[in-house]
Amino acid sequence: MSKPAETKVTVPMLTVTDLKRVFDVSAPWLNRLLEGKGRSIVRAVDGVNFSINQGETFSLVGESGCGKSTVARLIVGLYEPSDGSINFEGVEIGSSVERAKHPDIQGRMQMIFQDPYASLNPRWRVGDIVAEPLRFRKLLPDNAAVDKRVGELLSQVGLSPLDARKFPHEFSGGQRQRISIARALAGEPEFLVCDEPTSALDVSVQAQILNLMKDLQRKLGLTYLFISHNLAVVYHVSDKVGVMYLGRLVEWADTQTLFDRPLHPYTRMLLDAIPDLDMTGRSRTPVAGEVPSPLNPPPGCSFHPRCPLANERCRRDVPKAIAVEGGAVACHAVEENRLPPWKAQAAA
Amino acid sequence: MMLPTARVIEFWRKTSDSDIYWSFTRSKLVMLSALITLIFFIGAFGAPWLAPHNPFDLASLELSDAFKPPVWEDGGDAKYLLGTDDQGRDLLSTIMYGSRISLMVGFLAVIFAMGVGITLGLVAGYLGGAVDSFIMRVADVQLSFPAILIALLVDGVSRGILGEARHSDFAEAVLVVAIGLSYWVQYARTVRGSVLVEKSKEYVQAARVIGLPGPLIAIRHVLPNVLGPVLVIATINLALAIITEATLSFLGVGLPPTEPSLGTLIRIGNDFLFSGEWWITIFPGAVLAILVLAVNLLGDWLRDALNPKLR
Repeated sequence: MSKPAETKVTVPMLTVTDLKRVFDVSAPWLNRLLEGKGRSIVRAVDGVNFSINQGETFSLVGESGCGKSTVARLIVGLYEPSDGSINFEGVEIGSSVERAKHPDIQGRMQMIFQDPYASLNPRWRVGDIVAEPLRFRKLLPDNAAVDKRVGELLSQVGLSPLDARKFPHEFSGGQRQRISIARALAGEPEFLVCDEPTSALDVSVQAQILNLMKDLQRKLGLTYLFISHNLAVVYHVSDKVGVMYLGRLVEWADTQTLFDRPLHPYTRMLLDAIPDLDMTGRSRTPVAGEVPSPLNPPPGCSFHPRCPLANERCRRDVPKAIAVEGGAVACHAVEENRLPPWKAQAAA
Repeated sequence: MMLPTARVIEFWRKTSDSDIYWSFTRSKLVMLSALITLIFFIGAFGAPWLAPHNPFDLASLELSDAFKPPVWEDGGDAKYLLGTDDQGRDLLSTIMYGSRISLMVGFLAVIFAMGVGITLGLVAGYLGGAVDSFIMRVADVQLSFPAILIALLVDGVSRGILGEARHSDFAEAVLVVAIGLSYWVQYARTVRGSVLVEKSKEYVQAARVIGLPGPLIAIRHVLPNVLGPVLVIATINLALAIITEATLSFLGVGLPPTEPSLGTLIRIGNDFLFSGEWWITIFPGAVLAILVLAVNLLGDWLRDALNPKLR
């Protein structure tokens, strides 16, 4: 427990390059033939690049359906990428074939799921659930050692070792999420993918779980990929933030930079929608428009139908990511320097 | 950890506290069905000790005792409570031994059907794709035939393969397979449906992230969560399997007359129905009807008791 905690080594642990995943949601072959329809394909993740340094928390934010959960599932291997690479400490683990060659790497990453009511097998005792990674990977010599370790893990996440004998339905949502975290920690992973771990919980419980995750990160030197749609939560936990829109990463930056000086119009729109004390009495700018259907994304910059700064070029060309101070942004308006200063509306 | 008696008390406390037990005590009909089923089970499986005669012991049979009516009729013999059949076998004992065979075949057939159905349903649901399509299309095709036709087909094929003489040695096994193969579809469809639901839940994904191979996830995680509805089908299917066995035996393709099941007894008695010896067919028929009714009522109740939406 007395590991050097605050000294973060800035080595990229995970690098994702041009990651793509498409889902075929076409009607069955016979229907397509009879109704004369073509295939329909969803580009859930469409060329995402980012890297996460060891000991850091990288957050992905975005509206529902923007592909952030798909990125999480691609990284832990629940889906196979359609294209692009996932590199874990210099080892390529993108395809399932390459991933299968490195079971040790699979063991070093774990995932915490969104719904604590679905992520624990209702027929298993908590002790067995938490012990599963230990037993499967035969990390400990005998059952007594496993039981002892399970007790330690449960204490570590703020539960009692005696809870091992109970079933998941005997716990509340927050407690279940703690069990989920204990299971994720059982295999002593270094990299945790957290897919909206708090969005199914009450606000007070959310804070407890987030604090627990931060404590564990400090004690165990964990690296997090944190998926959320809650910007307040993201601000609380992250070192870096990536903003996703329709399968693309539109902006990423250090947390402080992103929240102080957001560049992409979409990021600005999201930040504008957060209620805060400064804006008491002033009407908020609502998030305008709907997310377009990922089945038929708009050409050019996929954000242009909702963007106040969109011009002809935005409707035609997909913007490339350009490096800016503290991060990168994919926006023609930024590139062409026609971005209004941030909080201009607030001053007016 | 706990003493055995403490365990028993604990178990009883939990059982008597459960919803199922509560709903059981709510309905007199269900308790009556359970009682009848229990009596029949004891009578059937305790036959070698409880039955007054051994109908399979050919040496003890007296042809002069044939066609004795039940005791309360004129000419009844106190030795034969429910009368005797055409070969002088005590009907009560024959029914007890016969229901043992019927229940045994029924149970084994249900277990066989469950085994085949659960396995194929699990494979189809978990793997999906072409395997799923193939298994489920076979199931659909089979579903369009009456179950008894499939059973007759399996019986006929096995007679062709084994030959008539050896077939009677394996009559029970053939019946179990024939009935089992005609009822697996229901299990497969139910299990597949539940597997599709469970498979997408996050605990299955969690197991995949841990690195468990597919077959292990299917057996250890998915299977225990899809067995609930299967148990209900099994109870109702037990009655169906008993009826199917009786039908097959009645049609003469089931068990040989030397080892009569309830169906065989009804068929034998059927020949004498119009010459006045009604008891030979009525008693086995009544036993079959009551047994099937009781088991069916239990199955119905179990289905409702396990369905949280009906509570």
